[in-house]
Amino acid sequence: MKLIEVSNLVVKYGHHIVLDHVSFDIKRGDYVGLVGANGSGKTTLVKALLGLIPYEQGIIKYEKESIKKGYLPQIALTTDRLFPAEVREIVGIGLLSGKKRPKFLNKEDLVLIDSILERLDISQLKNKKIGDLSGGQQQRVLLARALVGRPELLIMDEPTSALDPRVREDFYKLIQDINEKDGTTILLVSHDLGSIQEYAKKMLVLDREVVFYDEVDQFTSSFGSKHFHS
Amino acid sequence: MAVFNMIIQSLQYSFMQRAIIVGILIAVCSSLLGIFLVLKKFSMIGDGLAHVSFATVAIALLLNQSPLYLSIPIVILASMLILKLNEKTQLHGDAAIGLVSSFSVAFGVLVASLSKGFNVDLFSFLFGSILLISKSDVVLSIILAVLVVSTIVLFYKDLFAITHDESFASVMGINTKRMNTLIAVLTAVTIVLGIRVVGTMLISSLIVFPTVTALQVSRSFLSTIVISTVISIASVIIGVIGSFVLNLPSGASIVMVNAIFFLVAMLFKRLR
Repeated sequence: MKLIEVSNLVVKYGHHIVLDHVSFDIKRGDYVGLVGANGSGKTTLVKALLGLIPYEQGIIKYEKESIKKGYLPQIALTTDRLFPAEVREIVGIGLLSGKKRPKFLNKEDLVLIDSILERLDISQLKNKKIGDLSGGQQQRVLLARALVGRPELLIMDEPTSALDPRVREDFYKLIQDINEKDGTTILLVSHDLGSIQEYAKKMLVLDREVVFYDEVDQFTSSFGSKHFHS
Repeated sequence: MAVFNMIIQSLQYSFMQRAIIVGILIAVCSSLLGIFLVLKKFSMIGDGLAHVSFATVAIALLLNQSPLYLSIPIVILASMLILKLNEKTQLHGDAAIGLVSSFSVAFGVLVASLSKGFNVDLFSFLFGSILLISKSDVVLSIILAVLVVSTIVLFYKDLFAITHDESFASVMGINTKRMNTLIAVLTAVTIVLGIRVVGTMLISSLIVFPTVTALQVSRSFLSTIVISTVISIASVIIGVIGSFVLNLPSGASIVMVNAIFFLVAMLFKRLR
């Protein structure tokens, strides 16, 4: 079953074409690694899929209108050391979708927050100020925020760029676990080609248009070296 | 003892009672909004809208109308204009505010010159004058403050979400444009409310100071709001009564008390 179907998507910034007739589909339970050089349109594609930017032409069709989405942005874009919020407050934002105003969290919501923090092994950070945490810890908190609402689709934009290699490895294993045990569909943008090849099921290579989209084992090393210099 | 008696005596005057009531209402509204504006790096919108309110006061005085009633719609429109300039012309927030702000001051000065320059009335709106607060001002302030506070409570979670991360908030189905407009409109109303007490020149300090002070000592979003509100109310009460006892301007006194709270919080943070 197709969770997302993208047909002939065109996105322009002014006169500059960023995405040129991009077409692909993602099925339920897929784990797709989205790779491409700098400026290839990866982040633009993610933003278009999430409805954060308008597109010039084409169709983005979801299986149903009310599909639950989780989003993990690039950590550098969201972190403000002075931001006065405890971890549980930040994670709670992930439960706001579909709630009625004033959207205050109830007891069940607090249980959900506790359980996702426990699963991601960050329960001890619950009452800590987000700005006081390390990059890896903050990334787990933002992942908890993306997962707490039990999304059907989890979209991540270079989530490991600020992490050291050991933490990065743990992170990829965690995402694999979420994909396999929960059945959450994953779209992961990354420059880390090796990890994508190791953990993702499919690979989508973008260079303003779709250059390659298939199972990871179909991807050849010669193709990769030609397209990735970043 | 003499000072204590003077404080008690000051509270017997109806103009002091009105000033403290309106002052507390402004303190609550401005500190509730302050956290969203400061953290979204949009705190100068208060300053820009205060300059717009200067122009509207000059127009109202020229036309012999109530400045409060004329200012509310125009300052609200100005707040929307700033957002539109920001969005459509891709100007940064501070540049859009600068454009609207400087234009308004220039316009206000031209209007003031038409009405034979800066008279006592206009000067009292520039720096605040608690003697000018009427009973109808108090009633209007109560209505607007209830509106501002209840709107913030109703939209608190959405406002918190867009303040932390607009993109994620949007994915959660929150209309970020509408929330930004809401913040701008509520700020406009609060600015107009405050010009009687602290004046157009100093009103933005009520938005910035309490939040920045609270940020020095607080850990959570909610505690920042609570601390900034308490600081803001205390500053208004001490400032208004202090200005009466020491025969000083009320607006400047409130800002000075806020500044002292900020310095104490900075010191506390360093020693902690």
